[in-house]
Order: sequence, then structure tokens, then C-alpha cells
Amino acid sequence: MEQNNTLYTLIIFSENIAGLLNAVTSVFTRRQINIESLNVSASSIQGLHRYTITCFSDECTMKKVTKQIEKKIGVVRASYFVSSEIYIQEVALFKLSTPKMLEHGEISKTIRIHSGKIVEVNPIYSIVTIDGMTDEILSLYENLTQWDCILQFVRSGAIAITKNRRELLDEYLAEREKKFNENEGRC
Amino acid sequence: MTTKQLSGAEIFMQSLIAEGVDTLFGYPGGAIMPVYDALYDYRDRLNHILVRHEQGAIHAAEGYARVSGKVGVCLVTSGPGATNTITGIADAMLDSTPVVVIAGQVGTKMLGTDAFQECDIVNVAHPISKWAYQIRSAEDIAPAIKRAFHIASTGRPGPVVLDFTKNAQIEKAEYIPQEIGFLRSYEAVPETKPGSIEAAAELINAAQKPLVLIGQGVELGNAQEEVRQLIEKADMPAGCTLLGLSCLPSAHPLNMGMLGMHGSLASNVKTQECDLLVAIGMRFDDRITGNISTYARQAKKIHFDIDPSEINKNIPVDVAVLGNCKDTVARVLELVKPANHQAWRDSFQSYHDTERTKVIDPEIHPAGGPIRMGEVIDRVSTQAHDKAIVVTDVGQNQMMSARYSRFSESRSIVTSGGMGTMGFGLPAAIGATFAAPERTTCLFVGDGGIQMTIEELGTIMEQQCPVKIILLNNNFLGNVRQWQELFFQSRYSFTHLLSPDYSKIAEAYRLPYALVTEREQLNEAIATMLATEGPYLLEVAVMEEDNVLPMCCPGNDVDDMLLEI
Repeated sequence: MEQNNTLYTLIIFSENIAGLLNAVTSVFTRRQINIESLNVSASSIQGLHRYTITCFSDECTMKKVTKQIEKKIGVVRASYFVSSEIYIQEVALFKLSTPKMLEHGEISKTIRIHSGKIVEVNPIYSIVTIDGMTDEILSLYENLTQWDCILQFVRSGAIAITKNRRELLDEYLAEREKKFNENEGRC
Repeated sequence: MTTKQLSGAEIFMQSLIAEGVDTLFGYPGGAIMPVYDALYDYRDRLNHILVRHEQGAIHAAEGYARVSGKVGVCLVTSGPGATNTITGIADAMLDSTPVVVIAGQVGTKMLGTDAFQECDIVNVAHPISKWAYQIRSAEDIAPAIKRAFHIASTGRPGPVVLDFTKNAQIEKAEYIPQEIGFLRSYEAVPETKPGSIEAAAELINAAQKPLVLIGQGVELGNAQEEVRQLIEKADMPAGCTLLGLSCLPSAHPLNMGMLGMHGSLASNVKTQECDLLVAIGMRFDDRITGNISTYARQAKKIHFDIDPSEINKNIPVDVAVLGNCKDTVARVLELVKPANHQAWRDSFQSYHDTERTKVIDPEIHPAGGPIRMGEVIDRVSTQAHDKAIVVTDVGQNQMMSARYSRFSESRSIVTSGGMGTMGFGLPAAIGATFAAPERTTCLFVGDGGIQMTIEELGTIMEQQCPVKIILLNNNFLGNVRQWQELFFQSRYSFTHLLSPDYSKIAEAYRLPYALVTEREQLNEAIATMLATEGPYLLEVAVMEEDNVLPMCCPGNDVDDMLLEI
């Protein structure tokens, strides 16, 4: 039996139709898969939304899940990837206590070491942004906790770009449309 | 030049007619009234059947679709009208039945305000429908109807729900006839992978002990003839799923009977002995496979299906042939060499003999005692010359109907397979009579199921639907009782039920009625029923604690079948 310990990233393209997000996530719910992170936003193809969903599972389940998602009317394509096949990023925002930062100089140093950026400072709080992989962001979070300076912390869902050399969705849609037009012509 | 402006409701009528709709099953209510008002002027073209409950409308639409092969249409109001169709929508989804449900909805401006009879039916229907969509403007009606019928009827068919806001029904717009353009998010028929046809033919040509599993997909794809030719050419015995029973005539020499939990002993035992399984348009449901970890492990497997998500879902296969089986089976047929597997074919016989002696003969030719369900069904089948449309409810009546009805024509079994919806039978039989008014429609129903949708006797009375209702009354929820006997130490918890006086029910609904309590009355009563024009209610008092056998108990290996209890 395979263990459910591999992090998979699903990239899904769908029409921008109300209710589809619900339909997509219900496939995970039915199979009792916990979604680790989810991001939905416009894609580079007009009218299509791009979902990035991460979860821990096994390949056999992922195959079935992607096929069941792809079956939903409105979903154009669903694919799953392991981490080596994609470039993946998250963004995090920290709201830190400015007095604590002034009190402990190491805080600013830690932020710099982690490539974080201080984007706003006022006497009450400062805002820090950082992008990177989950463990990089969590490492900064863990370090900052020792000074008890975190007022708020939020981490975005992952977004990912595939490392394929070809843009498979564009090719797939072009091929489908070509075939549709050929069939129409035949009628 | 001014264009002709029609109300949304009229555009809706025009769009239905453009889809070839001539029959719809429905029930009016507040949020669908503009549509019903327009329907008043279209009565000559659209035959609206007023049911007595919206669940009846959806099951009737399902029955209509299953027998006609066309899309069944169901028209209801918002809120409770829409939610009453939910069971049928889920039923149609699991059984791949093409239906379009049009439900009224409050006006767009009222959406989300908890308005009277407002229900978010699109979101309710999403997980149990093929497509659910809200129409919010009159301009959107024609494209939505076009797409709805296209999606419901193509690929793997299924239910579509249209949530039709009241303002869209009233607003005016131009009716523009629609064409289905390129849909980037819907591929009805997936591409057949290169090499899969050849690989399938190769496995069939190499097989010594092949077994074909015929599912409803064969009927949905109109591939009955192609499949028959394939099994004859390659000399492959075949078993049918419950929903696929009428894909291959029962009398065909290669038909080895139904598969699965209450299927034929031979087809289930041979599943574990064959060297090749060829599954066509079926989905390896747990009622077919029993224990999946031991299911046909010795065999290579080919799976023909139109739905890519069914491939390797339950049972991993060696060759998947995607596409419409009418096309793919025909292509495989060309590459298959004629074969003779007589020894393999003959090896089924001893299991048929065992089943006949231990199960079938006692059920259909009992020496005495109470009337058995099986003998009623066997005699109805014989007197209807194996040509009737067999509609069943769910439970023992269903399994007995599947086992003891014989089929000679396609699209002749209408039953709730995946969902197992009690109450399905009576309204589905109504739908069947509108799909094939020239055929005999027999409904086998139990005393539990008939009481779930008994109000549809009103529809039968009003429409004079020629449904021959055979009520197999055993005063029990028989299938649950059987499981209680087998798995719960005969603790009959709430499975004994009291029935009304059906003679009075029949009288109230002005239906011809007869009650059979003695075996000697049976043949004549069936003959009278079949000879009577229009509807008929034949109640048969059957053995109270009869069991459906053989039985592969849940989770057991498929060849581990109980022949007696």
C-alpha cells in the first residue's frame, strides 16, 4: 500500500463559472483528501481560471481525482505534479510590533537573512513580506516567534508553474478546436 | 428593422421544440408560472403530463428517457418543487440517464435574500448532476437549453439542471436558434488512444476462456448489434449487468445471465476462471465485483468506456478502449479472428444446471405453498412473449424481475440500479408508456415501494397510462428483511409493514384490479391483465419470507455464492 505522504500539486483550468470551485473541491471531500492549500486566479488564457491545489496523497488516488475533476463540465484540464516537476511559490505577510523590533535588533537581521522585505513601518507595527517555499516561510515564522513580536501572520496558497518545455494546454485546446472544425466541415 | 421580441417563457417553448421535445413531466408553482402560462398556447405541440409529486415527474422523465433513448424533460417550480426532484437527479446521475430538469427560481434581484420558495438548487445539484446552470436573462435561455440537451444526451449521458429565474421567463428578447459551437470544457467522446483497438483485438484473439461483461453503455451507445457480432465471431460467452439486461436477447446462446450479487451462478463463477474479461459500457460496481481484491485476478482485462474517469477506478485493466462503443467495438470486430471456444462455453452448463435445480425450479415451479415472486414474474414474461418493457421498483421485486424476466427487445429494462431508489418504479413506468405507447409496460413493485410514490396512481388514472402494475405483496420490506435474516440474526427491525386495502385504492383511482392468492388463479389473472386495455393493478399475495438467491454476500468473492439459506 502506498503511503499518503507525497505532496502533490494539481493545476486545473476551468471556465469562470460560479459554483465550479465548489464542484472541484467536492471531489477531494468525497475522497476524504485534505486540501493543504488552494489558489484560484485568472490564467494567461482569456476567460480561463487557474487553480493550484496542493494535498498529500498517493499517485493512484491522484490519477482518479484528476480524471473526476476533468469530468466536471466547465473544467478544461486537470493535471497533477510532484514537486520536482514544477516551480512552486508561496507569499507570506507578517505584521510585527515595531517597539519589539526596536528592542531586539536581531529581528531585522533575521528578516534580511530570510530575504524578507520590510514594506511599511510606523510606530505601532511594521509589515514584512516574504515569498518562497513553505519551509522557508515557516523557518522565518519559527525564528520570529522567539521575540514574541508577531501580531499577525498569513501565508498564501501555493502557486506553481510547470517545468514542461511545451505549453501543453495551448496545444491541447488548439488540437481539440481543430478536430471540432474538421468534424463540422465533414457534416 | 425591428426583431420579433418574445417573452422568455416563449423562447423557452421554442427552444424545447427545437430540441425535438414533445413530452414533458411536470408540476406548476409560483416561480414557474410564466412558463406554464406560455405552455397553455403550446399544448398542441408539447404534451405536458401533470404528475402528483415532483419526484414522480423526474422518475417519469427517467423512465421516458430509458425507453425512448431521448432526453426526458421535467418541469417544476422553485424551492420544494426543485428539491423534490433531487432523488431522481441523483438516480439519473448514477444510472447515466439523460434528463433535463427545469426548475423555476425567484427573480434575479431576490436571489440570495431567502425569498419565498428560494433554494440554491444549482449548488445543491452540482455534485449529483452532470451540469447545473442558472438562467438569469431572456437572452441566455436559448443557448442554455441548447447546451443542456447537448450535455445531457452526449458522451456518458446524465441529468442537467436548469435554474430558471422568474425575470428571465418574463423579460423579452429575440429567439435566436442555436448551434453547439466548440466547447473547450466539454469533450463528449474522448479520443481512442492509438494502439488500444489493436491491443484489445490481440488479447481477444489470444484468449482461450474469454468472458464479456455487457453494461448499459452498450444500449446507450446503440452498439447492441456490434457487440452481438463481436461475441459471436470470437465465440465469447457474455454476462449482462442489471441495467444491461436487454442489450442482448436473453435467449441468445452466448448469454450466460446476469452478473453480480444476485446474478447467475455460472457467470459469476466463470468470472474467476476466465483468462480474459471484456467489459463493455459498465463500471465494475461493487454489486458486480464483490471483493475487488480477488475479482478476476487471473484474467487479462479490456475495458470499453466513454468515460475516462471509469477506467481503473475500481478494477485496474490491461487495455482501456476509450470512445463510443458503437465505433470502438466495430473497429475491434474487424481485427478479431473467428474462434471456437466450445469446451469453455460448455463448461458453463453444469453451473446452470445446479442453479436450476437448487434455485430456479423451486422459485418458479414450487411444489406447493405460497406463491413465489419468481413464478409470477416468469409467467408474466411468458404471457407477454418476453417482449414487455419491464419496469421494476427496488428490492426483492427488482432482483426477482431481473432474474426471471426474459428480454427479446432492446431498451426493455427500466430499473434504478446505482441509487436503488425505492418509489422509482411507478412513476418510471408512467414515463415508459409515453416513450413506447405501442408496447406492453409491466411494472413489478413491492408493497413498500408502491407506497412511496402511490400518489402517481392519480397520474395513471388521469392519463390512462397503460401500466400493468404487478404488486408483489409480501407484507415486508423484503430485501432488508432478507439481510436481517442473513446478517442480523433475523431481528426484523421495522421491516414488517401494514398495507392499505389495495382493492379500495384501485377503486378510488378507478383502476381495474384483481387479487391473486392462489397459484391456480395466476395464469388467468395475468391473461386478463394483459388483455385489458389501459392501466391495471394486479395484486399477488406472495410468500412472506422468500429470499432472493443465489446471493454473493457483500464483500465476498464473486464466485462465493449462497444457493440456499
